[in-house]
Amino acid sequence: MTGVDNLVEVENLVKHFPVRKGFLSSRVTGQVRAVDDISFTVARGETLGLVGESGCGKSTTGRLLIRLLDPTSGSIRLNGDDIAKIPDKELRSRRRDVQIIFQDPFSSLNPRKTVEGIISEPLIVHRIGTTAERKARVAELLKLVGMAPDYARRYPHEFSGGQRQRIGIARALALNPKFIVCDEPVSALDVSIQAQVINLMRDLQRELGLTYLFISHNLAVVRHIADRVAVMYLGKIVEMTDKNALYENPRHPYTKALLSAIPMTNPDQRRQRVVLTGDVPSPMSPPKGCRFNTRCPVAVASCREIEPPLVDVGRGHQVACHLVTP
Amino acid sequence: MGRYIIQRVLAAFPVLLIVTLISFCIMQLVPGDPATVMAGPQATAAEIDRVRVQLGLDQPFLTQLGRWLWGLTQGDLGRSILLGRNVSTAIAERIPITLTLALMSFLLTLAIGIPCGIIAALRANTWIDQAVMTVALIGVSLPNFWLGLMLIIFFSVILDLMPAGGYVSIAQGVWPWFKSLLLPALSLGLLQMGLLARITRSTMLEVLRQDYIRTARAKGLPTFKVVGKHALKNAMIPVITVIGIIFSLLLTGSVVIETVYSLPGLGRLLATSIFSRDYPVIQGGLLLTAAMFVGINLLVDVLYAFLDPRVRYD
Amino acid sequence: MTETTAPGLVHVAAPLRKRKTTLRRLLEHRLFMTGLVLFMLMVIMAVFADWIATHNPVQVRARFRFRAPGLDNFFGTDNFGRDIFTRVVYGARLSISIGFATVALTALVGTSIGLLAGYFRKLDNILMRFMDALMAFPTILLALALAAALGPSAVNIVVALSAVYIPRVARVVRASVLVVREADYVHAAHAVGASNFRIMVEHILPNSMAPLMVQLTFVFAYAVIAEAVLSFLGVGPPPPTPSWGNIIAEGKDYIREAAWITLFPGIAIAMTVLGLNLLGDGLRDVLDPRMNVDNR
Repeated sequence: MTGVDNLVEVENLVKHFPVRKGFLSSRVTGQVRAVDDISFTVARGETLGLVGESGCGKSTTGRLLIRLLDPTSGSIRLNGDDIAKIPDKELRSRRRDVQIIFQDPFSSLNPRKTVEGIISEPLIVHRIGTTAERKARVAELLKLVGMAPDYARRYPHEFSGGQRQRIGIARALALNPKFIVCDEPVSALDVSIQAQVINLMRDLQRELGLTYLFISHNLAVVRHIADRVAVMYLGKIVEMTDKNALYENPRHPYTKALLSAIPMTNPDQRRQRVVLTGDVPSPMSPPKGCRFNTRCPVAVASCREIEPPLVDVGRGHQVACHLVTP
Repeated sequence: MGRYIIQRVLAAFPVLLIVTLISFCIMQLVPGDPATVMAGPQATAAEIDRVRVQLGLDQPFLTQLGRWLWGLTQGDLGRSILLGRNVSTAIAERIPITLTLALMSFLLTLAIGIPCGIIAALRANTWIDQAVMTVALIGVSLPNFWLGLMLIIFFSVILDLMPAGGYVSIAQGVWPWFKSLLLPALSLGLLQMGLLARITRSTMLEVLRQDYIRTARAKGLPTFKVVGKHALKNAMIPVITVIGIIFSLLLTGSVVIETVYSLPGLGRLLATSIFSRDYPVIQGGLLLTAAMFVGINLLVDVLYAFLDPRVRYD
Repeated sequence: MTETTAPGLVHVAAPLRKRKTTLRRLLEHRLFMTGLVLFMLMVIMAVFADWIATHNPVQVRARFRFRAPGLDNFFGTDNFGRDIFTRVVYGARLSISIGFATVALTALVGTSIGLLAGYFRKLDNILMRFMDALMAFPTILLALALAAALGPSAVNIVVALSAVYIPRVARVVRASVLVVREADYVHAAHAVGASNFRIMVEHILPNSMAPLMVQLTFVFAYAVIAEAVLSFLGVGPPPPTPSWGNIIAEGKDYIREAAWITLFPGIAIAMTVLGLNLLGDGLRDVLDPRMNVDNR
């Protein structure tokens, strides 16, 4: 991937949550391996989609990238600087470059604050502008996300889910960030509203030169907005490539299964449905070898022993599967 | 289950330790010199010194604490100068009356509070419900010592049916004994009855809304069976926790009720000790009741886990 | 309303959803309003005691001992010939002040402890173990012991009662902080770089207020009763002071000949506490319907 201007470079990122048992002593009895050694890059101005089932670690990854969680190990380079380990104080000033949009439009806005209070909070925290300037900026941001500036004095409960999500986007944009983690931003919305919000986000990206990490379990939505897509399973990236390659020519059996579950728009067009059996294994004790082997329809003996690395199988198409070769 | 019980018991220990320390430190809060306060206003310097030595107040703080803790391990709570006897003996003598009173009040509370709550829930939003809940609310709002006095005025002074106070031992006849405890038990219990009725009503209402009750109704079970077999059992689980609290409240309430009715129980002992600043008795009584509280809560926790298996896995 | 503001996007004019304001719902709550009236009556009595009282609350007038309630002395007189109505009115001043002071101190300390324990996981264990131990004591008994140790005065009663109720308030606040701190708007505040202090004060505290307000109303009610008990047992403000508990304590020796001495202050206590209980129930109905029935 040389020659590409990467805004975000993640290398060997790991996040384990200790599982404590007992009281007083609080012994650590296990580790939930939410994110287990992943590496990827996001180029300036592009959108990387991150997909997978719930519990696969995609949200954790998002929260690590904006440092809402501290990584266990690995590095996160933003514009070349590693932000994985910088102390809290220094981190606070770096927060301007990276922001997040949340899934739940009801939990993401403080019900006791006005829209103006919510959107101007980042400005207040970073001591930007005078009161009047902040007011003007809030109006500008509201316009930018397609809302009337006179909504500034209202409270979140007066708005619908889609409107609230726009307010959340306006807050994320307040500090002119370069990179935005979108954590299932439309999953909680009505389908009719989803398209509006997605289109808004795309327009904003073009207009403001934003870079997105777009997390979703909905492959159709990701196809709509992402340039490249990474598929996660049990804390690992199993396949990563540009959008068209992934949707037209999925290589990993897990990706194939996920894609086959998307309903087709043309009823005559039949796709072979790959149905996964069994449950996702516990991330506390992932299976030996390839993590997908317990549910994989094509697994062979070696899959149960050796963990397949993520390798380039041609033209930047990366797959972690013993059965896929260049 | 066994694991859970052991865990709860072990968790109670640090609490008990802090409780002990707080009980001990109460005396350290006394502004100025506790010995002077305890010896009384007419005491000479020599008398004050004697009190100080008797209480061990001439020793450094840690020595005092050490002695006290060491005494505790032998069941020795110190000595009351005013009573001229050991605190533990004084408490042991008084405690049966308090426990009898608390138990009687407890039974009254259960016998009245729970049925009232159930009736109110079954007849929710009718005049019966409103009447019961109004009485319960007023019951929760009356100070029990004042209620005790009012009961004396009504039943003893005006109607002359009941003794106005004093304790009659059971050896002198069961009926006089019962009469000497009835009014105290009632005035002690009213607050808790109101509390219990309110809680029973709301948990019962909660349960009656559940789907399995609707199912039981839908398959044609008569109301009394639905209530008796399905609703009551589940409604009682949260009530159990409150019952622990209620018993504890009854024990504390005795401090003031025993004073009103001149019953020679632990509560009266503590009340007089507090009035006369008899600190060793205050410390001992405080520690003992707090330990009983912790014990009761522990019991309730275990019982609760036994009745509702979900709790064990939190 | 359809000006194109965002690039390529038509502004959505979805209807604004209106909710009944909390104030409105409280005003429509009958029991809450009854409680408010009862309580305000007592507060007015406390504030305007000097105008409402008909006599001097502490002046001894032997000639007028044990007068039954009548036009001269609405509630009768006591063994020193003092006017009970006047003493009850001044008693309101003391009880309400002690109640307010206890609520203020309890709120300040209890909220701080609850907030710190809920927000900083490391402090949680230490703080809450200590609170558990304080809560292990029977309320009245601990207050009695503390008041007895500190000496009889209104200020010491406030301190003693606060020590008793702080753990209860701390526990309620902590429980609600534990819920609120997981809300996405708190994460969002972290993400924009807000300090812990700002997050606690601007985001967590305002959203933890409902259960706190309910709890504080009940603390007020308990404080009024506890003050009466403490005075009744002789560790309250010393005797000539007109406190409800004192009046009852002095009246209890004369219940045969002058029951009115005990009757009226008790009714005053009951009305105050009933009012506060109704206020608390109403607040809970409106602000926090999912809360438990009782946690005293």
